[in-house]
Amino acid sequence: MAEGIHNLLGMKGLNREVITTILGTSAEFLKILERPIPKVPSLRGITIANVFFENSTRTRISFELAEKRLSADVINISASGSSVYKGETLLDTVRNIEAMRVDLVVIRHYAQGASKFLSDRIEAKVVNAGDGSHEHPTQALLDFMTLRQELSEFEGKKVLLLGDVTHSRVALSNIYGLQALGAEVMVCGPSTLLPHSISELGVESCYDLDEALSWCDAVNVFRLQIERQNDGFIPTLRDYQRKFGLTRQRLEKVGRKITVLAPGPMNRGVEIDSDVADAPGSVILQQVTHGVAVRMAVLYLISGKERVDE
Amino acid sequence: MSESLKHRLIDHAGMERTINRLATEIVEDNHGVHNLALIGIRTRGAPLAERIAEKIQKLEGHKIPVGVLDITLYRDDFMTSTGIPEVKATEIPFDIHNMNLVLVDDVLYTGRTSRAAIEAIMDYGRPSIIRLAVLIDRGHREMPIQGDFIGRKINISPGEAVKVKLTQIDDVDEVVIIESASTVGETD
Repeated sequence: MAEGIHNLLGMKGLNREVITTILGTSAEFLKILERPIPKVPSLRGITIANVFFENSTRTRISFELAEKRLSADVINISASGSSVYKGETLLDTVRNIEAMRVDLVVIRHYAQGASKFLSDRIEAKVVNAGDGSHEHPTQALLDFMTLRQELSEFEGKKVLLLGDVTHSRVALSNIYGLQALGAEVMVCGPSTLLPHSISELGVESCYDLDEALSWCDAVNVFRLQIERQNDGFIPTLRDYQRKFGLTRQRLEKVGRKITVLAPGPMNRGVEIDSDVADAPGSVILQQVTHGVAVRMAVLYLISGKERVDE
Repeated sequence: MSESLKHRLIDHAGMERTINRLATEIVEDNHGVHNLALIGIRTRGAPLAERIAEKIQKLEGHKIPVGVLDITLYRDDFMTSTGIPEVKATEIPFDIHNMNLVLVDDVLYTGRTSRAAIEAIMDYGRPSIIRLAVLIDRGHREMPIQGDFIGRKINISPGEAVKVKLTQIDDVDEVVIIESASTVGETD
């Protein structure tokens, strides 16, 4: 079963069995979150450091809550207010944290491969909470938990990733995981925001949203990083909204139910309209709840130690 | 794990009689079925609880609520287990507040499972009473815990193990003592 998960650096290389185990465990943790006392003693005595070199409110809080629900001891370190600004390297920062006997490090970093770099060099277990535009495995897992609830299975299902795929750390994690689970993946967005090399992963690109929507069972809407607007990827926000904004009219035109996911934060009226995000039956906020359950499952599964037989 | 059958302690007819007696004792102790509910501890406590509840229904003409408890997350040996114990579903489809609960397990041994079960139950609410019913009490406790309703008390030596089989899971009703070369992985 879950033997062999010692770190979670990305979805790449995780097979269907492992992902299914994580999702199954997440479902049980979701039930715990609904109990009068939503806390279990499983990780008592385990110390976890959340090391965030990049701003993130949602992911950090979600991890912190998951850790506390499992009774772990938690410390939070963010780049601002740490020695990072005094010129300390990533490795030195984390080695110092590790020297304080931390068992597990949850890391968010702006550089691709940061979590792998760390896990090769420190004893503590590592969970990737987003490394640059590379991977964000727990976000993908919470997407899958929500998809499984809505689509009941993955085999043969079609999932569309919409928007800025190039700068998204959720895209790759979604692609690796969904393909391992037997789903098909397509990306849609302006050609400037879809990497050409994506076809090497067996993912088709589509530049027409209506066409892409008529193909899919579910769509994952990525945030348009408005701060990149001046980098010349898109002509104007208005133009982007007209071509790639997910609107109720577009979804109604397809004539069947399409599950809409959004990792957030959302730019309402740009990549997604409010009447889609807030539609009855919208699962976007459920994704956030699922995020805590999924992170509990991941932390629980990687925290087990081998038995030492006397 | 090599094992050989040494002794059959309880057969099908014996199992029926023992479950009958446990059901009677539970109802007697509770002065009827008011606020009474059973919680079976996974794995074999669950079907055992179902069987006891059926007998109670026959005795009192009233179906009492039955829940299933998975204590994986509460075990104190989580960190030393081989691999990761699989978390299975806990299903307690009723409010346990102010209920008279009877925890049901197949074998009482070290007492660690019961301790974990009590802790787990308290996270679902505040029952009025928690009692413990077991089919077999094999002694060698490591915790200050005792059974309130006991099917059979036995004393077995190290190197021996007791195995409970129930028709719902194993297609047969029996309790056997087996010789076991290794007891690694055995839990109470």
